[in-house]
Amino acid sequence: MRAWINRQSLLVDYTLSALARHGGRNLGLFVVYSGIVFVLASTMLFTDALRREARLLLAHSPEVLLQKLKAGRHAYLTREDLESLGQVRGVSRVEGRRWGYFYDPVAGANYTLMAPGVDPPDRGRIDVGDGVARARGLAVGDTLSLRSAAGGLFVLVVGRVFSAESSLVAADLVLMHPTDWEAFFQLPGDVFTDAAFTVDNPQEVRNVARKIGERLPEARVILREELLRTYASLFDWREGILLALAGIAAAAFAILAWNKASGLSADERREIGILKAIGWDTRAVLTMKMWEGALISGGAFAVGFLAAWVHVFHLEAALIVPVLEGWSVLYPRFVLTPAVDAVSLLTLGLLTVLPYTLATLVPAWRAAVTDPDQMMRGTE
Amino acid sequence: MSALIELAGVTKVFHEGQHNALVALCDVDLALEAGRITVLQGPSGSGKSTLLSVLGCLARPTSGRVRVAGEVVSNLPEAFLADVRRRTFGFVFQQFHLIGGLSARTNVMLPAYPTGRTHSEIARRAAELLGQLGLEKLTDARVEWLSGGEQQRVAIARALINDPRVVIADEPTANLDSALSAEFLGILAGLRDEGRTVIMSSHDPRVCEAAVVDRVVRLLDGKVEA
Repeated sequence: MRAWINRQSLLVDYTLSALARHGGRNLGLFVVYSGIVFVLASTMLFTDALRREARLLLAHSPEVLLQKLKAGRHAYLTREDLESLGQVRGVSRVEGRRWGYFYDPVAGANYTLMAPGVDPPDRGRIDVGDGVARARGLAVGDTLSLRSAAGGLFVLVVGRVFSAESSLVAADLVLMHPTDWEAFFQLPGDVFTDAAFTVDNPQEVRNVARKIGERLPEARVILREELLRTYASLFDWREGILLALAGIAAAAFAILAWNKASGLSADERREIGILKAIGWDTRAVLTMKMWEGALISGGAFAVGFLAAWVHVFHLEAALIVPVLEGWSVLYPRFVLTPAVDAVSLLTLGLLTVLPYTLATLVPAWRAAVTDPDQMMRGTE
Repeated sequence: MSALIELAGVTKVFHEGQHNALVALCDVDLALEAGRITVLQGPSGSGKSTLLSVLGCLARPTSGRVRVAGEVVSNLPEAFLADVRRRTFGFVFQQFHLIGGLSARTNVMLPAYPTGRTHSEIARRAAELLGQLGLEKLTDARVEWLSGGEQQRVAIARALINDPRVVIADEPTANLDSALSAEFLGILAGLRDEGRTVIMSSHDPRVCEAAVVDRVVRLLDGKVEA
């Protein structure tokens, strides 16, 4: 065992010196390799973390939502509708929600104006998401003027700005008192934009949703799991675009790497010939080449992945964020929790490290089994 | 005296079966005794270097048989042949074939890397050999900074790091002046006195006629002259 360790340590030593001797070429390869891993890993880490955030946030959202439709157009629910739906077997609670979209021409952004059923802000005050605060430069105590449905300016005082952690769902949110909301949208107090349901038995959510739909046939019923799927498919689609772009770059790199790794230069062949002539066996040559491939690809993988980690979790994924999160005009700015999916990591590792290492071994093996005399003469 | 290396009916053809096939050695029978300095003499293209390669297991004969210390090695698989090469032979090439960008000491240490010995053990032995050859002050110098004579001594030290029984040198004095050639022959005599066998090729008459040389084998057109 000791002899094996000595042997490996000396072969690694030689490999490092060989890499240093062709420093410029290897450094270029290392930088490109790390760059590709960086893009792939950034995309992977960012979308994985976003999916996780969405999952955690939606865990507290209602299991079933209902929107009333009239001739396929969104219509308001009445208090009678809610009472009727609350009687559906399996529903433990139904809550009418009041919200509406508002386009703010000053910021060029859409806000979601909502009157919460529980713990609303005081009259004349609002709680805003950090996206709204950023877009309008608002802090607690500032005023926000919005043009109401009646045409007049509605002046509201900011009572609270939501933290960045809730930004994924609250970036564009403006919470206001129900009376303010009714006055702003010019709507009566007994209409609701949609209804949120709590279901007794989580196993029965689909059945209860079906019964709710039957009770109000002209309504659209949305399950939490469908929302999650929508988020997931949105991220998958955007991730796909970026991965496709990265894939083109990766393919170009693969050709470069294959060319470099699979074809030994005359100098490299001569060097292998010398090493064999002075006492190295085929196994030692292959081990040395394996270390070379592993050091370049493994090193580039480690550097690229660590850079991606810092980029995504400490620099807010500044380079890829415009591509990956564009579903809102107000881009949420929030801190992602570092998380790595082991399968994704392993897949990325296998797709980047293994092919390169193998590509270095094949030509080295061909060279190593040739007579050293031929290698040195260049007659192989 | 029994033969350390024996060749029987050895033929070596390069590019066999192709239009540019070249017969480098033709039906060579040769026996070389241990503990002697043997010179292969002949003009350019006579097959000296090829014969050295076959003797030192760097190349396999196209046909014929090679025995080293009584063991037939010409048909051994590469892994075993490499082991025989490492244990038995040390090579000093005409162009030295040192690895550029590395120090003299590292070049000397290289043949011992796959043996499993420790770095410090190999480094100590390399420093010892370089010291014996008068290069103690140049151990850390990169080999491309050294003169031709110094590079050759580094190549000799490298040939000796695994303590081989046979040292093979291909045209060792071709790039040296008279004084350095004489010095080199002195080093070879020392190796023989340590009990090693020395086989070298040369077309230099001063080498073939040197007092330290025990035997001269003449080659012409790939054949050993009687």
